Amino acid sequence: MIIALIYVATFILAFIIVRVVSRFVKSRADFTSLKTVTFGDESAVIPDRAATIISIVGIFLIWGAFTGSKLTLFHVPGPFIGDTSFSYTAENAAGEKDDATVFVRVHRVGEIVDAPATKGDDTGFAKDDSVTIQAGRSGLIRSSRNDEGSKDEGYRIVAINGSPIDSETKVEIADGTVLMTPKGSLNFEPTEGWQMEKIWLPPPEDVWSRLVEIASKGYRNFTLIEHLGWSLLRVLAGFAIGCIVGIPLGYAMGLSNWFRGWFDPIVEFMRPVPPLALIPLIIIWFGIDETGKIVLLFLAALWIMTIAARAGVSGVNISKIHAAYSLGASRWQIMRHVIVPNSLPEIFTGARVAMGVCWGTVVAAELVAAEKGAGQMIVAAAKFQLTDIVVMGIILIGIVGYGIDILMRSLERILVPWKGRA
Amino acid sequence: MKGLCISDVSMRFELANNSHVQALLDINLEIQSGEIVSVLGPSGCGKTTLLNILAGFLAPTAGSVELNGVAVTGPASERGMVFQQGALFEWMNVHQNVAFGPNMKGMDKSERNDIVDHLLETVGLQDFKEKAVYELSGGMQQRVALARCLANDPEVILMDEPLGALDALTREKMQGLVLRLWKETGKTIILITHSVEEALLLGERLLVMAPRPGRVHKEYRLPFAEMGVGADLREIKKIDGYSQTREEILSMIWDMEEEIMGRKENVS
Repeated sequence: MIIALIYVATFILAFIIVRVVSRFVKSRADFTSLKTVTFGDESAVIPDRAATIISIVGIFLIWGAFTGSKLTLFHVPGPFIGDTSFSYTAENAAGEKDDATVFVRVHRVGEIVDAPATKGDDTGFAKDDSVTIQAGRSGLIRSSRNDEGSKDEGYRIVAINGSPIDSETKVEIADGTVLMTPKGSLNFEPTEGWQMEKIWLPPPEDVWSRLVEIASKGYRNFTLIEHLGWSLLRVLAGFAIGCIVGIPLGYAMGLSNWFRGWFDPIVEFMRPVPPLALIPLIIIWFGIDETGKIVLLFLAALWIMTIAARAGVSGVNISKIHAAYSLGASRWQIMRHVIVPNSLPEIFTGARVAMGVCWGTVVAAELVAAEKGAGQMIVAAAKFQLTDIVVMGIILIGIVGYGIDILMRSLERILVPWKGRA
Repeated sequence: MKGLCISDVSMRFELANNSHVQALLDINLEIQSGEIVSVLGPSGCGKTTLLNILAGFLAPTAGSVELNGVAVTGPASERGMVFQQGALFEWMNVHQNVAFGPNMKGMDKSERNDIVDHLLETVGLQDFKEKAVYELSGGMQQRVALARCLANDPEVILMDEPLGALDALTREKMQGLVLRLWKETGKTIILITHSVEEALLLGERLLVMAPRPGRVHKEYRLPFAEMGVGADLREIKKIDGYSQTREEILSMIWDMEEEIMGRKENVS
């Protein structure tokens, strides 16, 4: 919630600052800047590069600020670490009152520290205590344990730092909160701050060092390249088989009444079924090894490629077909020289979608069951609460998915330059 | 006989609600080899249907079409087509587009290249042969379409509003080109158009078609196409006979349109 508010505030603040700054910088007098109607003119909307940079840097800064990263200068308040103390007032069976001090040492997760020394002021029946507590946790203080007469009827703690306390009430003190349990013990909760613990979200540098470590040493018997490579290999195998079957099927559906009639219900039914819904059936049929995964990815790619190829054939301008016939082309020549090249833009669009869907599906399939692969890596790490590996895996999966899309787009530009220009 | 012979051609489209449209009724025409014929008429008069029948894309419900005594049963390279636009192959460059017909016939490369180079020079595109067709202007694209059609050396060239999508100036230039190609190659050309001026300038014979049912309403024999070869077409437009015929045809088509509108109003 706080993070969302800070994000919105950053967005607005950055917008205002960039606006103010750009007023002093001379703007370019290009064609778009001379347009008076820009609201509603989509062509006049150009991504603001400053916004893009601030957006990306902002995400890392917020991430760093909330995880106590060494990379960011500004941090939100972290959990209390260090020594603190508070006093309590106890009342014994005789109705006498005495004060004692509790010395608390709050340490970082994983650190081993000695309990703080007491001041030795042990006059009276209440004796000083000393405890250590892990940051982000709370500690029970059995303050009465060493107090004289604490076992007696009528012994109880009545105040913390002078403020009265009763069973199940809280008293706020300098570095935390003291709560009295129903049994009359004290529970000290050091201030947590706004920062997230590493177990929820590790700072960016931890993710980076984990990446370096896994890239060189590997994780769970496979190197990082192997994990990602296996996922990619499955995608490529499933996608390739999907194309080999789907594209001819789509052509047949676009060219023959019989094929159209026969496969239309199957394709239209299978298309809206999410591939993930097929995982259980695939596991029952093929088990959890490579065959099952490739069959799943094949099914994910198949319908998309079939529909793309069918659309590519249906989308051919009839004038082109007529022209080719008038120029003396045979059916086969029309197929090879007109229908196939004309359908390539549609097929490329389909291939881009199919690769994206396959990449998503393979990660999900690996989450369910696999020995290696990007999805397996993060689900295994999650079981051991290695959040840094999980975050790293998610980022890598995102980068690979984005890379696939960029690759497909540049292939499209090279292979079908006429796309959208007919 | 030599030429295109259209006898008793009728075309009737059955509609879903048990009614029908008589797109063409008893069309009889004889077009001599080497003639240039323009076909004019209001929308819905069946001129495109007629052209599709001549090309072999549609079979008439009655009657027959013969070219040089051989019945037309389907599309063939002896009857070339030039479309309004969008019929070029974007995945091929200008040279490949023009070479398409000879290539399909399996003509060998050097012979093919000679034909293509010659035609590209004729239509003035010799410097653009490696260009992608989508990089060309509309007028240039139609020049490619003309050259592509001619590369196959067809008997008859059927043109379905080939200049309809061009701007007025380009259109005038292209009209000159069509006339020049007609004279140079001696091909039979049948040209459908919406423009009365174009029909007058490019038609040795001008057929005015009327709708419901689609039929030939009136035929003119005009001297302007012959005069226009190599001449300034704007000069021809100043001739008295030209403007008289133009006014006559315009009011004829105007009346047809009025009649269609009137009928529609009566129906509703």
